[in-house]
Amino acid sequence: MAHEEIDKVTGVSTTGHEWDGIRELNNPLPRWWLWVFYATIVFAVGYVFVYPAVPLVSSYSKGLLGHSQRASALAETEAGQAARAEVGQQLASASLEEIKNDPKMLEFAMAQGRAAFGDNCAPCHGSGATGSKGYPNLQDDDWLWGGTLADIEHTITVGVRSTSEDTRMNDMPRFGADGLLDAKQIRNVAGYVLSLSGSSIDGADVEAGKEIFAENCTSCHGEDAKGSHELGAPNLTDKVWLYGGDEDSVIYTITHAHRGVMPTWGGKLDPVTIKSLAIYVHDLGGGT
Amino acid sequence: MRVDENVTTGGDSYYVAAKKNYPAAVSGRLRTIKWSVLIITLGIYYFLPFIRWDRGPDAPGQAVLIDMAGRKAYFFGVEIWPQEVYYLTGLLVLASVLLFLMNAVAGRVWCGYLCPQTVWTDLYFAVERWIEGDRRDRIMMDRASMSAGKFLRKAAKHIVWLLIAVGTGGAWVLYFGDAPTIIKDTFTGNAAPIVYVWIGILTFTTYSLAGFMREQVCLYMCPWPRIQAALTDEWALNVTYRTDRGEPRMSVRTGQRAKAAGAAVGDCIDCKACVQVCPTGVDIREGLQMGCIQCGLCIDACDTVMKKVGREPGLIGYDTDMNIARRSEGKPPIYRIVRPRTVLYAALIVVIGGVMAYTLATRAFQGVSVLHDRNPLYVNLSDGGTRNGYTVRLINKRPHERHFALTVSGLPEGFTVEAQGVAAAGGKPVIGVPADTTRELRVLVMVPGGVSLPASTPIDFYIVDTDNGEKASTSDFFRTAAAN
Repeated sequence: MAHEEIDKVTGVSTTGHEWDGIRELNNPLPRWWLWVFYATIVFAVGYVFVYPAVPLVSSYSKGLLGHSQRASALAETEAGQAARAEVGQQLASASLEEIKNDPKMLEFAMAQGRAAFGDNCAPCHGSGATGSKGYPNLQDDDWLWGGTLADIEHTITVGVRSTSEDTRMNDMPRFGADGLLDAKQIRNVAGYVLSLSGSSIDGADVEAGKEIFAENCTSCHGEDAKGSHELGAPNLTDKVWLYGGDEDSVIYTITHAHRGVMPTWGGKLDPVTIKSLAIYVHDLGGGT
Repeated sequence: MRVDENVTTGGDSYYVAAKKNYPAAVSGRLRTIKWSVLIITLGIYYFLPFIRWDRGPDAPGQAVLIDMAGRKAYFFGVEIWPQEVYYLTGLLVLASVLLFLMNAVAGRVWCGYLCPQTVWTDLYFAVERWIEGDRRDRIMMDRASMSAGKFLRKAAKHIVWLLIAVGTGGAWVLYFGDAPTIIKDTFTGNAAPIVYVWIGILTFTTYSLAGFMREQVCLYMCPWPRIQAALTDEWALNVTYRTDRGEPRMSVRTGQRAKAAGAAVGDCIDCKACVQVCPTGVDIREGLQMGCIQCGLCIDACDTVMKKVGREPGLIGYDTDMNIARRSEGKPPIYRIVRPRTVLYAALIVVIGGVMAYTLATRAFQGVSVLHDRNPLYVNLSDGGTRNGYTVRLINKRPHERHFALTVSGLPEGFTVEAQGVAAAGGKPVIGVPADTTRELRVLVMVPGGVSLPASTPIDFYIVDTDNGEKASTSDFFRTAAAN
């Protein structure tokens, strides 16, 4: 500034800049503002020494307190695990029925089961556990391998046609593809099977189908066609169809068979999580 | 008109520091009323939390309590749940209409007598007068240089002020928990940090607003003076200097001379007692103004002076400008408290209060709400039937455990209702809900195969108290796979 100009009205010096006849007063900052500003500088200097602050070539200044976000996050995680450990241990030693009947353990198992279901099961069974074609609906009352707590726990542990040695396994023959039955026979047996749940197929001889069924299917599905939980054979008399209950779907199933796979979770999830999953899934629609 | 002076004289500053007021002591009818109001309102504020009220073993025993952790508010025999917060809304509506009515009858009665700012400032003024003396002493002391005596008096005043302020904050927190426990915990350092924070906040606001800001709160911070300007009318009785009687003002002696000379003489002797007692420092003789909080202390001051000089009291009084004009024209004044506006406000108060009292008296002590499962909307069962899942919440507002039978209507015969974890009696699940609480549980409604239903059927959930038959209901939908 060449010379200091004082504004007559306020007695304050101006910045010397002029825009269309308007000059800006050179008012100082408010004192409190200035002190806050100085305080932040003091704070920043202290911060640099106390907390991690300066990046170095391959490391950084650790600070006097040795604070680390990673360490505090880990500590929080551990604290959370420790808080859960007590109930978790209870769950490990309790039977499924005991868990089901103890409100505290049940609440824990349901919460853990819900989370584990979303992480591991939802990709196939859906987030609402309603499944889809080929992936069983866990909400309904129809269970291929049994719907008791123990059955469900076992199915989750070993899987179906999985890599586990104890895997649940069955093998429906490919009646059409392997030439065991001809197209007409398949149509007849499909007509018989659908008649069990009140449906029908045009041009199918139900009586002939019944005979074919008795010869080929009863060993697994049973003489009453109600299936078997031990063998994982579906109940053919109800209205729940894993691979579709319309004419084409049933004929396709008899012709080609289906071999759905569920992985074994025994080695992947810890026993407590599997217990929780069993409780959760059983709560959805389990029974017998 | 300070601002105008500064502009027109080309002054150096657009800002003038507030002038400190030194209101003088005054006694009289309105001062007595103000003391009574002060004692009653502050008495209620400081001692209400100590009143006990027996609600049984499971409920708090404090008459007035806002239980944040338990999410309930208690007011003697009334218990308000969060979902009933509309009673608070109703109370606020009632309060505002009450303010309108007060304003229509006698101006800013609220400001002058009831507002916490006025009441606490009045108390602070009393302390100030008690320790530092009346107006003249205080002015002298403030002008004098610092001395031991001045320092002691000032310190004593601020200590008493701070004690009152801490008490204000201390009483506030008592409304949010068991008062005796909080007091013990506060003094032993065991109270929750939030308790100290709130005591601190209210100590600060009381000390600064009543001790220092005073009338500036009314002038610059409070919206009510502005609102009341829009609510008042020519009939409202305001503290009024009766110019028809007072002017031309002159001292008693000048008045005698003027009278002898046959000139007009007003009753006002220009003693300025009315200005000196004013807590906001206005001159009422300039007429109705925003700075006037209508406390009426100038009325007491003027009446005292009028009595002394042997003139009629009432030179300043609750009156209207209209009556001043009428009297100057020689007509009798008219006062009309009952007029359409006040009748309307009174009717509104009666209606709102009546509706609130009615709903409070007849409100249900149980409730039910239902949330349909979002995923899945329905489950097809092996028999061809359909199952829907709901999350049902039952509310029991009575201080003892109750049992509710749950029923569903709106579906064809044959459906079943199952509440998880609850035994059914005669086909109906009977659900126990503990005292003063809610219970949430999953309810499954199943319609058997062979029943044809549309994609969505409206249904109703009912709960009925198995002991006394009190009921509540709500509605939802039953969904199926049916394509439309």
